[in-house]
Parts: sequence; C-alpha cells; structure tokens
Amino acid sequence: MNTTAATTTSLPNGPGAAAVLAAGIGSFALGLLAVLADKVPSIKSWMNFSNPTGPLSGVTTCAIFVWLAAWAILQMRWRGREVRFAPVSRIALILLALGMLLTFPPLADLL
Amino acid sequence: MEITVRSLWTLIHGMGFGALYLMACSGAIVEFYRRYCTHNPAPPTGRDETFLRIYLAIMAALAWLAVITGSYIVYPWYRAKPPAGTTDLTAYPRYFLLSSPHTSAWHNIGMEWKEYIAWIAPIAITMAAVVVLQYGRRLKDHPALRNTVLCFVWASLLAAGVAGFFGAMLNKNAPVEGGDTIHLIQGEAK
Repeated sequence: MNTTAATTTSLPNGPGAAAVLAAGIGSFALGLLAVLADKVPSIKSWMNFSNPTGPLSGVTTCAIFVWLAAWAILQMRWRGREVRFAPVSRIALILLALGMLLTFPPLADLL
Repeated sequence: MEITVRSLWTLIHGMGFGALYLMACSGAIVEFYRRYCTHNPAPPTGRDETFLRIYLAIMAALAWLAVITGSYIVYPWYRAKPPAGTTDLTAYPRYFLLSSPHTSAWHNIGMEWKEYIAWIAPIAITMAAVVVLQYGRRLKDHPALRNTVLCFVWASLLAAGVAGFFGAMLNKNAPVEGGDTIHLIQGEAK
C-alpha cells in the first residue's frame, strides 16, 4: 500500500485504515478458524481451550488475538500517515464478507 | 413466580445484552448517517461528539458482554452431554434438538451459525467506537473511512440479528433450564 507522510493538520487516515483492515482480518480469521475447527479433527481438539465451551473457545480466542495483533502491527506502520484508502477499504470489506459467509454452516459444508 | 438460574442467565445474555445491543445498533446507524452522511452544514457540537463516543463505547461493552456470557455461561449448559442411558433429554438442549429430524437443523444450522457469527459484532463495533473516539468530528473529512465504518456497523447489526433470531428460536424449541430456582413473587393458588 502506498503511503505518504501526512502534511495536513487534520488527523491522517492511517490509524482509521489500520482499524478497518484489522477488523476485516479478524472477521476473516474467525470464519476461517471456524471452518478449520469443523473440518480438521486435530485443529478441533487443539481449539478446545475450555472443555465446557469446546472448540468455540479456541476459535474465538485465536481470532481475537489475530485481530488485535493485526491492528497493533498496522497501527505501528500507518500511524501519522496517509494511505490509499480505497484498496484498504475494499480488502477489509471483502474479508468481512468472507468471514461472515464462512460462519454459515451450509456454505462451510461445501468446502 | 419462579425462574431457574440457567433461565435467568439466558435472559441476561439474550434480552439484557443481545436485544439491547440490537436496539442500540439501529440507533447508531441513524446517528452515524444523520451526523456524517447527510449534507448537514451545521458541525456537530462537543456534546453531540461526547454522546456518540459514549454511546458506541457502551455498545461495544454490550456486544462483548453478550458474546462472553453466551459462550462461557449459557453455551456450556446448552451443549452439556447427558449421562449414558438418559431418556429424557429436555435438560440437554443440544442432544434434545439432534434427537429428532424435525428439530436437528435448529442446532446444525441455527446454533452452529449463531455461535460464530455473533463474535463479528463486537469486533466490528469496537473498531467503529475506536475510530469515532480517535477522529471525532474530523471523521467528516474522511468520507471513505466513515462509509467503511458504517458498513461494519451494518455488518454488526446483521451478525447480532442472526444470533438474536436463532437464540430466540433455539430457546423456544429447547430452552436452557435447570440449576437452582429463584422465587420472585409468591402468588395465590385458586
């Protein structure tokens, strides 16, 4: 992603872009991990962080970790910078949509 | 008038946090649109700004409370495995639903979808709350950013709506019951 140093006094779009893209990455990680935990027995048992809750505990904990880690990394890279927002927005919304679709069991069963 | 501890927690999770979040979500979308997306020449005041920041922070808290109580308090009761030889499965909602082809899809589609998609709501609304906290009225200068944030708020409404709908239907078909009984009001028998 092309970035340039912010020259205006208003807050640059970098921190906002970081937040938006990280939320997309987190949503996609959630959907992907949900499918993997459903399809791969070894991942399912590894995701069993808490016995009463089962694999849901590991899937959601890992997705939250991925989201926050992505946010922290992007925030460090884009803080105080202007980024080309259109591709960031497009990728974030695609990841969000994929994440939501992957949580839908009939669709996940087709994979 | 009595209620079991498990019913009370289901109520707190669904009605207390989930339903309140859904209602707040529609309010946030209207407020977002009214403030940033219309051709309103009047800039938002400091009080307006503070209101939206607190509103979104409360929404984020509600979303997290809804998914955490759902996943770690109510869901374990829902998925509890019945002891071998149990014939009455009403205290074990997951197994009760799966025991009949007429109800199994409520679990296989309803719960399996709800348990994961619900977690997109706190991710999306926390992001929206942080962006509004960071940018405040300067969000008006970033139309593409605020439109993307608004899309995430819509997605959180959809995620919470799916979770809320299936939560209500699952509780109607196989309620999570049991635990100690709390006596609310002593009535009169006729």
